[in-house]
Amino acid sequence: MMAILRRAAIAALLLLWAAPLGWMVMASLQPESALYQADSPAGTSFNWNHYRALFAERRFWQPVLNSIVVASATTLLALLVAVPCAYAMARLQFRAKRALLAMVLAVSTFPQVSIVPSLFLILRWLGLIDTIPGLVLPYLTFATPLAVWLMTGFFRELPRDLEEAARLDGASRLRAAVEVAIPLAAPAIATTAILTFLYAWNEFLFALSFTVSPDRQTVPVAIALLQGRYQVPWGQILAAAVIASVPVAVVVLAFQRRIVKGLTTGAVKG
Amino acid sequence: MAAIALEDVRKVHAESARPALAGLSIEITDGERLAIVGPSGSGKSTVLRLIAGLDQPTRGRVRIDGVDVTDVPPESRDLAMVFQSYALYPHMTVRANLGFGLRMRGIAAADIASRVLPVADSLGLQPLLDRKPAELSGGERQRVALGRAIVRHPRAFLFDEPLSNLDPQLRGRTRTELVTLHQRLGATMIYVTHDQEEAMTLGQRIAVLREGHLEQVATPQELYDRPANRFVATFIGSPPMNLIDGAMARSALGNALAQRLANMQLSVGIRPQDVIVVSPGDGLFAATVGVVEPLGSTTIVHVRTDDGTHLIAATPGAHKARPGDSVGVRFATGRAHIFSAEGRRVEV
Repeated sequence: MMAILRRAAIAALLLLWAAPLGWMVMASLQPESALYQADSPAGTSFNWNHYRALFAERRFWQPVLNSIVVASATTLLALLVAVPCAYAMARLQFRAKRALLAMVLAVSTFPQVSIVPSLFLILRWLGLIDTIPGLVLPYLTFATPLAVWLMTGFFRELPRDLEEAARLDGASRLRAAVEVAIPLAAPAIATTAILTFLYAWNEFLFALSFTVSPDRQTVPVAIALLQGRYQVPWGQILAAAVIASVPVAVVVLAFQRRIVKGLTTGAVKG
Repeated sequence: MAAIALEDVRKVHAESARPALAGLSIEITDGERLAIVGPSGSGKSTVLRLIAGLDQPTRGRVRIDGVDVTDVPPESRDLAMVFQSYALYPHMTVRANLGFGLRMRGIAAADIASRVLPVADSLGLQPLLDRKPAELSGGERQRVALGRAIVRHPRAFLFDEPLSNLDPQLRGRTRTELVTLHQRLGATMIYVTHDQEEAMTLGQRIAVLREGHLEQVATPQELYDRPANRFVATFIGSPPMNLIDGAMARSALGNALAQRLANMQLSVGIRPQDVIVVSPGDGLFAATVGVVEPLGSTTIVHVRTDDGTHLIAATPGAHKARPGDSVGVRFATGRAHIFSAEGRRVEV
């Protein structure tokens, strides 16, 4: 009885989440006129017209490419800085550690909109307005503190015994981190990578403020600026929304296995 | 193989006011098996961590074979440690766990394999070599942790309560295996435990620690026969030694001795094995039987004397006493331990 109820609840939840997505995919495959009909869109003819228009006429592959580059670069750089930084925060004794960690958090509490003007001035001074690094750099200011916090929490949870055993086995502190702590942090790194990637992929305000030419727009900006001459091209917007969801789904699925797998089981005690 | 010495080592942890170790000096000779025992918070694990180099002493020096290693990092001390948690690397197979220390020392893969195999063999780990720690039972993990230490041929072995997560039967067997291992390797071993019985079976000498102070270092027999103070007297031996004060203590000593020590504040310790339960009316004191615990080879009888002192008697074999019985109690002659008011042993 409980099992049936649970399954019903899961099915209801899935429906709640999947229905809009399903509707989005279906609608993106139908002629615009079908969207305005009162009855259900199901049953009418499906075609790839919106997608074709999106890529052939609007060169939508450019914002997709921009977004992939920006989000990947942000994720990679944020992790490259955050992982060693978080390890140091969790394991090393140094002065003003708490103050430093508090500052890292404080940075990420500023409302994004409040720093747009000053960031704009800095980026202009650096000559980075309307460039890819001009997006990655401001993204890092938000993504890195988040990554440092997530990873510090994880490294603190990791039993010290493991690294201490590695030390006695002849590993230097650095070697112990590289051979033991960081491989065990793989699930946390994957989780952090997903969050960072999602943040950079979905970011709108900075992308809108710091890009000028259509060639530099990211997907969210490009979708928002999709315009027809006489009407809003809903079909193309929906097609673009589907395209925007694909890389996210790919990234989540790619890392999901690593997240689910609790690597630390069996490390200590039973 | 190595002799290890701590010289006036003091350790104060940043977060606590009380020192974990308050000026401890101890020497462990080459090839010795030393057990360090004490209640939790006595600083016994700190001793091990200082020797391993995982902690730095606040003051004092650590020497290995006469060389001051106080500032030498753990990876360069060439010691092996078996952790209470086993601390196996969960992302590596048993084979990789066993060979990790050799790999860190830059030994060629082929040589690692040829050194891992015999050790795995001797510990019965051969069929498990390609498994990960998560797939092993507690006893198997414990053996891997031990094997990881043995493979390296370290200068000394450090054990931090490695048996406390095993069930009692396996624990007993592993204890014997450790002693056999020590006899085979002849390596210096330092074994930390809170279990006095484990310390007695594993230590050629035992160091008893309390609140960062070394109370006594001696052979198990010496600790049992001549405890240096009240703490050691009650900590070593099971059931714990009876301590009695005042008039009862004096009558337990006998007239001659009581007279000689007449102007001293003292307490007297009697091991339960030296408390003899006799028929009512006989013996020194009248008492009532409380709890009776038959253990087969001995029977533990708890009695309360008429003046309210609780005594534990361990009598060989079965005992016919029942709760509520009136009995007499006397002590085996010449077996009393005498302690001064400060708790130090008084020799007579």
